[in-house]
Amino acid sequence: MNNILKKSASFYDVYERRPGADKLTTTYCPGCGHGVLHKLIAEALDDFGVREKTIFISPVGCSVFAYYYFHTGNVQVAHGRAPAAATGIKRAHPDSVVISYQGDGDLAAIGTAEIIHAANRGEGITVFFVNNAIYGMTGGQMAPTTLVGQKTMTSPRGRSVNNEGYPIRMSEVIATLKAPVFIERVMIGDTKSTMHARQTVRKALKLQIEKNAFSFIEVLSACPSNMKLTPSRSKQWVKEVLADYFPLGVKKDVSEEFEPKDISRLVVSNSELPDALNLETAKVDSEKIAPYREKKINEEIKVAGFGGQGVLSLGTVLSEMGMRHDYQVSWLPSYGPEMRGGTANCSVKISQKKIGSPLVANPTILIAMNRPSLDKFENDVISGGLIIYDNSLIDRKPVRDDVEIIAIPATKMADELGNTKAANMVIVGALIEYKDLMSQEVVLESLGDVLKRKNLVELNQKAILRGAEFINNLK
Amino acid sequence: MAKQFLKGNVAVVKGAILAGCRAYYGYPITPASEIAHAAAMYMPLTGGTFVQAESEIAAINMVYGAASAGERVMTASSGPGISLKQEGVSYCAGAELPCVIVDVVRGGPGLGNIAPEQSDYNQVVKGGGHGNYKCIVLAPNSVQEMCDFGMLAFDLADKYRNPVYVLTDGFIGQMMEPVEFPEPVEKIPEKSWAVKGTKETSDNLITSIELDPDDLERHNQKLQQKYAIIEEQEQRAEEYRTDDAEIILIGYGIISRIMQTAVDNLREEGVKVGMLRPITLFPFPKKSVTKLAKSAKFFLTVEMSNGQLIDDVRLTIEGNVPVYLYNRMGGNVPSIKEIHDEVMKLMRLS
Repeated sequence: MNNILKKSASFYDVYERRPGADKLTTTYCPGCGHGVLHKLIAEALDDFGVREKTIFISPVGCSVFAYYYFHTGNVQVAHGRAPAAATGIKRAHPDSVVISYQGDGDLAAIGTAEIIHAANRGEGITVFFVNNAIYGMTGGQMAPTTLVGQKTMTSPRGRSVNNEGYPIRMSEVIATLKAPVFIERVMIGDTKSTMHARQTVRKALKLQIEKNAFSFIEVLSACPSNMKLTPSRSKQWVKEVLADYFPLGVKKDVSEEFEPKDISRLVVSNSELPDALNLETAKVDSEKIAPYREKKINEEIKVAGFGGQGVLSLGTVLSEMGMRHDYQVSWLPSYGPEMRGGTANCSVKISQKKIGSPLVANPTILIAMNRPSLDKFENDVISGGLIIYDNSLIDRKPVRDDVEIIAIPATKMADELGNTKAANMVIVGALIEYKDLMSQEVVLESLGDVLKRKNLVELNQKAILRGAEFINNLK
Repeated sequence: MAKQFLKGNVAVVKGAILAGCRAYYGYPITPASEIAHAAAMYMPLTGGTFVQAESEIAAINMVYGAASAGERVMTASSGPGISLKQEGVSYCAGAELPCVIVDVVRGGPGLGNIAPEQSDYNQVVKGGGHGNYKCIVLAPNSVQEMCDFGMLAFDLADKYRNPVYVLTDGFIGQMMEPVEFPEPVEKIPEKSWAVKGTKETSDNLITSIELDPDDLERHNQKLQQKYAIIEEQEQRAEEYRTDDAEIILIGYGIISRIMQTAVDNLREEGVKVGMLRPITLFPFPKKSVTKLAKSAKFFLTVEMSNGQLIDDVRLTIEGNVPVYLYNRMGGNVPSIKEIHDEVMKLMRLS
């Protein structure tokens, strides 16, 4: 019999965190449902032997100081964000028991998104939602669950459906979701309903402990102080009025068929990390690139064309190949919506010196793959620079007479190889051959490492060779 | 050295994972989305967790939860998303939770555009949310630094139990450069204060609430003392050709890359110009600025914002040397020529 009278071991004996002289009672008003619900939770934690592995999340609201009382790990969070914080905590410690304890303003107003989505992900947490139809701590303002006609500080003439809409039945809303396992609305009213609430609390916690299941328990509760009713009258109100709009009962229960989720994480040692994280680095064949170490390379390249022509990948292939020649390189795309279907361009720098600005304003080399690109960038090319343009798509010649010009029917050549998309590699082949920027052997060998689509490597190798051949035929 | 060619936005994730970060919570936004893409790819493969949150607010609160639980955790966004996260960052700072936030800044205000800007300087460097707090802010200017600072940020966050930002822009996030990977960290510092669902941590409490004004003032004073130590110990800056410089260009991130070329060009013309690049924005590199102010004729602050960095330069120099501003906004990036011409113009005037 002694056990019954003893305070739960999941509560602190003395509430040292509570300021002021009184360290033995709670901050809750007489008749408030929080104290009773705290007790039901604490006793369940005792009985299941999980106090030490429990992490209790205090919300903003009257239960903001739940951590005064619960002798568990405690995290106090921002208004409405408990289910999000619970997500981060539970995923860090999948074996812990995480309780998200929230009021009606916290959960059903400012934190609506967080609870819906935590429920929808089926996070392995237990949510206790205390619905007393009013904001308690901030002083009796309207809650999303305030009843129609109910007077509060912010609905002084009574909640009007025209102005404030209807009270939200959160349990029913959450029950429409697939992932939640157990949802029930209970009340702290008379002894009988409280004893039933006790069973529900225990079931929900057990489901988390045994199956890592998401449960949502709505607890109708009294707020005598803000209702301006005596504790006994306010409980009567919960039973007769509040429970009339918010029907008690199980809203969803798939706990029997629910299979425990595997939430274990991979264990990856540091020696396995290079593979898991893809830290593979490029091979540099110092013998093959030796002739290029002596060259003075300082190219600023602008590559431009339609989205879909492989303009950006032309740039990355040049840069990556440059890196394999021990050059300093950088690649900067035009990015965002203009990539999708419109024109695309990128800036590539290849140099023996450290690269300052990665942006190419005045290219030494312009690669123009369509007419708008030639129109846009022709005048930017430095005097003495090089313009390579695809004359199978561009119907005019460049007008500049102070630059070198290569007209190459890259798209037509690629079509002959069987794939229009290889036009960009035809130009790569032509450029490195014409400027002797890099070792063709290294480029062909490395192409398989550089290209994402491995089935196109052979085609692109042929395209590079065709581009080089085109240049050699010009000479 | 062996290198991999990759995007800034990917490099910062690889650096974070090498630093032992195993949790990412975020929301997609251009031009930061590749960070989420890379985290979604690599977190699960390396024993971590990735959640695409329902909102920026949820994401930072998931970070709050994971940091409370003792994990090395990160999130990333761009201007509009960072504005939304500010509530959570304030809570992290108040509860002294270490976490890393990457901000790949885009054009603002409002929806603005997705081109690079530096207009989040004030909201990131000056606190940004409610309350008296500061975050440590690292400003990379290369893809290599995105990786390196992805690691460094976690060390600083844990060392000071404080949120750390990696503040960069659309260019650094989107560009690709070769990266040499650092060694992974061997062991993450023990966090005895965290809440881990264990016997040892069942008396721990993570909170930012202090009802009593005296208690909250003490907490604030403790935070200010911490920031003072950070200011003393963690200032980082790069100087370039400043030895005999009479003109100091100052700018961070992508701007410093452009300024470096501008300095080289001006030097070739015989102009005695150098560059100071703040690497930490908080703490602001006051020591370097003060030292250079002794011999400089003037400073030119170059930024892609409406004169935000320049406030810190002026506060440091306290009127001893003229400080001028050259800036572009809306996603336009100052060119080498613009910077060059601005210096020449100011030389004629001064």
